[in-house]
Amino acid sequence: MPPIPALDLRALRKTYPNGVEALKGIDLRVEAGDLFALLGPNGAGKSTLIGILASLVNSTGGEARVFDVSVQHDRSRAMALLGVVPQEINLNQFERPFDICVNEAGFYGIPRQIARGRAEKYLTELRLWDKAFGPARNLSGGMKRRLMIARAMMNEPRVLILDEPTAGVDIEIRRAMWQFVQAINRGGVTVILTTHYLEEAENLCRNVAIIDHGRIIEHTSVRALLAKLDVETFVLDLAPPHAPPVLPHVEGMQLRRVDDDTLEVELPKGRDLNALFAALSAAGILVRSMRTKANRLEELFLRLTGSGAEVAA
Amino acid sequence: MTVREQWVAFLTLIRREMIRILRIWGQTLMPPAITMTLYFLIFGTLIGSRIGTIHGFTYMQYITPGLVMMSVIVNSYGNVTSSFFGAKFGRYVEEMLVSPMPPRVILAGYVGGAMLRGLMVGVIVLAISLFFTSLHVVSAWVTISSVVLTTAIFSLAGFINAMFARKFDDIALVPTFVLTPLTYLGGVFYSIDQLPEPWRAISHANPILYMVSAFRDGMLGIGDIALGPAYAVMLVLLIALGITAERLLHYGRGLRS
Ligand SMILES: Nc1ncnc2c1ncn2[C@@H]1O[C@H](COP(=O)(O)OP(=O)(O)OP(=O)(O)O)[C@@H](O)[C@H]1O
Ligand SMILES: [Mg+2]
Repeated sequence: MPPIPALDLRALRKTYPNGVEALKGIDLRVEAGDLFALLGPNGAGKSTLIGILASLVNSTGGEARVFDVSVQHDRSRAMALLGVVPQEINLNQFERPFDICVNEAGFYGIPRQIARGRAEKYLTELRLWDKAFGPARNLSGGMKRRLMIARAMMNEPRVLILDEPTAGVDIEIRRAMWQFVQAINRGGVTVILTTHYLEEAENLCRNVAIIDHGRIIEHTSVRALLAKLDVETFVLDLAPPHAPPVLPHVEGMQLRRVDDDTLEVELPKGRDLNALFAALSAAGILVRSMRTKANRLEELFLRLTGSGAEVAA
Repeated sequence: MTVREQWVAFLTLIRREMIRILRIWGQTLMPPAITMTLYFLIFGTLIGSRIGTIHGFTYMQYITPGLVMMSVIVNSYGNVTSSFFGAKFGRYVEEMLVSPMPPRVILAGYVGGAMLRGLMVGVIVLAISLFFTSLHVVSAWVTISSVVLTTAIFSLAGFINAMFARKFDDIALVPTFVLTPLTYLGGVFYSIDQLPEPWRAISHANPILYMVSAFRDGMLGIGDIALGPAYAVMLVLLIALGITAERLLHYGRGLRS
């Protein structure tokens, strides 16, 4: 028998009362123990999908199963397996972080003395213990996000779901959050997170699904996905003099002029750049600095929605 | 969830409500103490002394059960609307909605908390009344059961109000335009025997009359309504509101999209 997946979505649909079709039939399987990213642009349907799993949104078709327990038909048992960190802050600002965590455990039927120990453990791990006994409204935005993670851990879920956990969080805290999530995952918890950032999926996750306009357009390993991005674009900032009107030609690369002081070059990933610089030097063009062009996700979407959409749709 | 786990969840909700009530005591316990002291002074002492007796009791004695009930009703209703609507407004109602707690436990927790507030306020008002009049209890059983039923009914009603509410105005509307008039016309300050027809007959459509009457019957041994019909009305209301609230919560009315 194949192992039971952590998450099994079948033909999941959601049409909101106002007629918006947020999910148009999602089929998705996430294996137990995975660290999984759900990647997609604004309005793709990520939060709707997570809302259905968390039983905050009623699906209008299909089914979602968590370790073979149906969210739609056996809500209470399914919820006991999940920890959910929502996208929007949903904390009682007047409560203390410690009480927020202990009460959440209480809602899962966990006795107070166990809950107190767990609250201390997770608030400490998320570096919030020194703030545990002041009102939650005194926490910064990043701290509130971490508090929501600690709260979601109180029932020691088998599946931890995070909806854009690192939105608006600085790089240092983001790294710390990644480490926490990885440690939790090594401990055997399946982790599913949504993100806008390919970099986040790349650094953190093993498998990924891409959702766009309520459909899964790609479901693969992060490694395989990155291999699809076989072309890289670099931006070159030039030192004076200005770039000449006619640029040198380099075999296998596309060199473009953006403005007088900026060039862009597109080349297959992994190709060496020596030929490029040799040609530029020969043409008297001085490169002051170079960077990869940001937002590879955008690039990826263009590729997937342009040419690869039919693969998974 | 096992019964034991549900019990832990219920106690968690009750505890959280109690902490809230005590933390903001200036908004929860103080105002009824002040308002009711004024009622006792003005209606009981100043005006009441000119009114004479009703069914053999001084006016002060007569309105004491009415004023206790009025505070109990307003405070249990207000507790659940502000607490539950606050949770909805601040979105932390989601803490409960994503948990395995069945709707009846959430409902029981909020209603239980609101009942505690109602009863606490009832005891405070009763204590204040002792400065003005002596305590009368003819039947402790009737007194206690009628006030407990009343606070449960209005806690449930408040819960339903909070589920439908989308903005703070929506939870202020019912107390102002429904609760207050019905309470004033529900025999708090007078016996409906004093009313001319058709007002006397119309008053029987007011559920609060039955509650105030039963409670006054428990304390003073006099009531506008016989105990049988009074309890029947209270039980029917309790069951109807309880089922409605549980069903609405089950379907996530105003909570799940
Ligand atoms: N409560 C709602 N009522 C009506 N439409 C909604 C509701 N919530 C979301 N939608 C719509 O459903 C679609 C999907 O929204 P959703 O929040 O799931 O996207 P998302 O992928 O999480 O986006 P983001 O990255 O911006 O968080 C959008 O078109 C949105 O406008
Ligand atoms: Mg979202």
